[in-house]
Amino acid sequence: MKLAYWMYAGPAHIGTLRVASSFKNVHAIMHAPLGDDYFNVMRSMLERERDFTPVTASIVDRNVLARGSQEKVVDNITRKDAEEQPDLIVLTPTCTSSILQEDLQNFVDRAQLDSKGDVMLADVNHYRVNELQAADRTLQQIVEYYIKKARKKDELPEGKTEKPSVNIIGISTLGFHNQHDCTELKRLMADLGIEVNEVIPEGASVNNLKNLPKAWFNLVPYRELGLMSANYLQEEFGMPFVDIAPMGVVETARCIRKIQEVINAQGANVDYEEFINEQTLYVSQAAWFSRSIDCQNLTGKKAVVFGDNTHAAAMTKILAREMGIHVVMAGTYCKYDADWFKEQVSEYCDEVLISDDNGAIGDAIARIEPSAIFGTQMERHVGKRLDIPCGVIASPIHIQNFPIGYKPFCGYEGTNQIADLVYNSFTLGMEDHLLEIFGGHDTKEVITKGISADSDLNWNREAQAELNKIPGFVRGKVKRNTEKFARDRDLSEITLEVMYAAKEAVGA
Amino acid sequence: MTVAQEPTALNFECETGNYHTFCPISCVAWLYQKIEDSFFLVIGTKTCGYFLQNAMGVMIFAEPRYAMAELEEADISAKLNDYEELKRLCVQIKRDRNPSVIVWIGTCTTEIIKMDLEGLAPRLEAEIGIPIVTARANGLDYAFTQGEDTVLAAMAHKCPTKVVEAEKEERNAIKKLLNFGRKNEDIQQDAEYADHPPLVLFGSLPDPVVTNLTLELKKQGIQVSGWLPAKRYTELPVIEQGYYVCGVNPFLSRTATTLMRRRKCKLIGAPFPIGPDGTRAWIEKICSVFGIEPKGLDEREAKIWEGVEDYLQLVRGKSVFFMGDNLLEVSLARFLIRCGMTCPEIGIPYMDKRYQKAELDLLEKTCKEMGVPTPRIVEKPDNYNQIQRIYDLKPDLVITGMAHANPLEARGINTKWSVEFTFAQMHGFTNARDILELATRPLRRNNNLKDLGWDKLVKEAKV
Repeated sequence: MKLAYWMYAGPAHIGTLRVASSFKNVHAIMHAPLGDDYFNVMRSMLERERDFTPVTASIVDRNVLARGSQEKVVDNITRKDAEEQPDLIVLTPTCTSSILQEDLQNFVDRAQLDSKGDVMLADVNHYRVNELQAADRTLQQIVEYYIKKARKKDELPEGKTEKPSVNIIGISTLGFHNQHDCTELKRLMADLGIEVNEVIPEGASVNNLKNLPKAWFNLVPYRELGLMSANYLQEEFGMPFVDIAPMGVVETARCIRKIQEVINAQGANVDYEEFINEQTLYVSQAAWFSRSIDCQNLTGKKAVVFGDNTHAAAMTKILAREMGIHVVMAGTYCKYDADWFKEQVSEYCDEVLISDDNGAIGDAIARIEPSAIFGTQMERHVGKRLDIPCGVIASPIHIQNFPIGYKPFCGYEGTNQIADLVYNSFTLGMEDHLLEIFGGHDTKEVITKGISADSDLNWNREAQAELNKIPGFVRGKVKRNTEKFARDRDLSEITLEVMYAAKEAVGA
Repeated sequence: MTVAQEPTALNFECETGNYHTFCPISCVAWLYQKIEDSFFLVIGTKTCGYFLQNAMGVMIFAEPRYAMAELEEADISAKLNDYEELKRLCVQIKRDRNPSVIVWIGTCTTEIIKMDLEGLAPRLEAEIGIPIVTARANGLDYAFTQGEDTVLAAMAHKCPTKVVEAEKEERNAIKKLLNFGRKNEDIQQDAEYADHPPLVLFGSLPDPVVTNLTLELKKQGIQVSGWLPAKRYTELPVIEQGYYVCGVNPFLSRTATTLMRRRKCKLIGAPFPIGPDGTRAWIEKICSVFGIEPKGLDEREAKIWEGVEDYLQLVRGKSVFFMGDNLLEVSLARFLIRCGMTCPEIGIPYMDKRYQKAELDLLEKTCKEMGVPTPRIVEKPDNYNQIQRIYDLKPDLVITGMAHANPLEARGINTKWSVEFTFAQMHGFTNARDILELATRPLRRNNNLKDLGWDKLVKEAKV
């Protein structure tokens, strides 16, 4: 048992439902007790979805506990098949059905006999995988199912498209800014003269999955969702894939160069260098931003990054490499894929934190006292308590992270959005200076920082008054440095003298 | 409790139970706020945690006094010892928060693996010195607000039978609250209560509403001896054999049963104090049981109706459809019919015809007096079928969960999110306006936007 107040990645079935309900005309039936269909509320609220979420539950109640589901699951599948005529029904196990150990595959096989559409059982184990792993697995499972089906019926299309083309794999419902990223990626492909063959799973039809092998290559923008499918297609058809997330100027260029390499190997003969140059220097504002005086003021400022693998890694690289910001700590909650993360970020930050315990992350932030945090909604709230600004860069997210306006993180427009996000998260440069010069305009009391340990040191009146004159956003740091200085020298009371001595000692 | 009752003109049906509602563990969200010295430990899986985290929104960041005891694979396969695991977590909770009570919420998983929470609790309670209350608020058996019912039923066992002298001062919290610090002799004077046996009310309500209803009864000379739950666990009311009890919410049937059977109390079966009509009927029923002639209720009710006339003009003649998810549906429908609405269907997760008898009678009477057909009451509704009926009936307002609200709005059907009624203050005379404020919000929004011509916003709507 684990005492938990908060979790970063949801339970496995959420991942399956995200993939299933991203497809068009696919229905998911959860084998779950009453109340577990909370996914529908999230999708309807967060995505402001106009259509009914194609997820229903085959309810597990007391009777099912006593006698087994018997005909119930089969009836629910065939009923949904008749009512909505979906192309595919995905029976989704939950934590409850994991323990009941009913033979769900048998229900699926029986329901298939009476159903017009296809029926499949999502192969995920609640106790072994989380939301992200389950989503990746379910997508691969559905792709494999339809490839095999087409092959059996001899319907797999021959050969490749005439012009270079791509499948974009991993865009899904409830994904962080996925819709906007998708639009941006399609635009980027159009600029590169590459046709988009299929986008999966969002908005795709399962009947088109057989066309996947026609593309020249696969693009997997997110580390968490799509890699299993891309690997499967590579094994099955020798399709190469590009798994460099095009986030930030450097990574976008790297992604495009990789695409160039992949399609030239198939005889495309393209040269994107001119395009990359043009975009980097004149179209995207991010490269210019990093040269501008604004960004100069950010040099050496401390930041902490935390999120999923894709976004935390991309953000760390952007901050360190493209803006000269000092990333003290970069972290991810994708523990199952920690090695990849370490390899990606270790040269761009001082320390790496692999954890899904929000308390540990909160404590680390309190200890580091960065000027800005880039994290999930949880880190935003930690920032609120510590009076540190936070830019949200990854799930878990709230409704305000599903903006109506166009806000991609990928591609060249993405670099602009990220630059804005970073810049707005730090206290504006000039304001910062003025506050420092004039001693600040807020004299409110130091708030106790609940997360960090409280100090046992005594501040005398003058020193306390002086501390209060220091602008709020650096006050915590000054306080901590002074106390550390005092503690190191065994001073029990902090006076003005001690304060200034400390300041000189650390140059704070 | 669902024994066949005497025939009523109301039409009851039961569907498949394929409907959307909140998991009953959601009750921790309002109960931990109500019972200030409690800590709620939900013993379940990531699924439960994910629900709470998302359903409670920003509350999760306010250092809530609730947490998950998240079961891992080793717990499921009994590789770990339940008692030792729970002890470890509860000791940690005691150390960090020092609550007066820890409430264990059993979930579907603890049911399926048959974790004997009721058996473990007394042992652990003795070992760590904190009372442990066990409530099985799981989705296998219950819906949404019924979670509170299971917790209060468990708490009813913990209510003391005799007041300890030293605690008397503390237990008079409600009385003190009502007297606003006036001197003792003044209190003696105006506290002219009729001579009636002790009355304890049950149901968790926000403190201002508790004060309001207690004062309302005081006007009739009725003294409320206590309230289950109280503001603090240490203030749970004394309940002795022969006490009278009365519910304030329609979903408290287990609590009522426990109070009657285990604590030998007499239940006053009254309509619920929701809406001015309900509040009046509730007070009248309590008065009649104690042989008190109620005074001034006519004028009081009339005045409230007068005060909400602007809202009534909006709802009169309109129809409302309850999809059903929180058991407040019958009381709300009865109130809205009194407001001049019609109601073709009341969906409800579970219908206790005995506990809700007085409310059902009032509903029937209201329909007769307002000259509208009685609604069909659909227990364990089927949301898919209901949506087909909604397409046919085209009601002016659908009260439903968030899963259906946006899709229905996109199809030009007005909705009100049902969960808001659970969290709003809507009991007593004074809160009638708040209920109507909620119910009319979509109608008022429509009046504001009516000339824009974008009612239906889905292509090829399947209407």
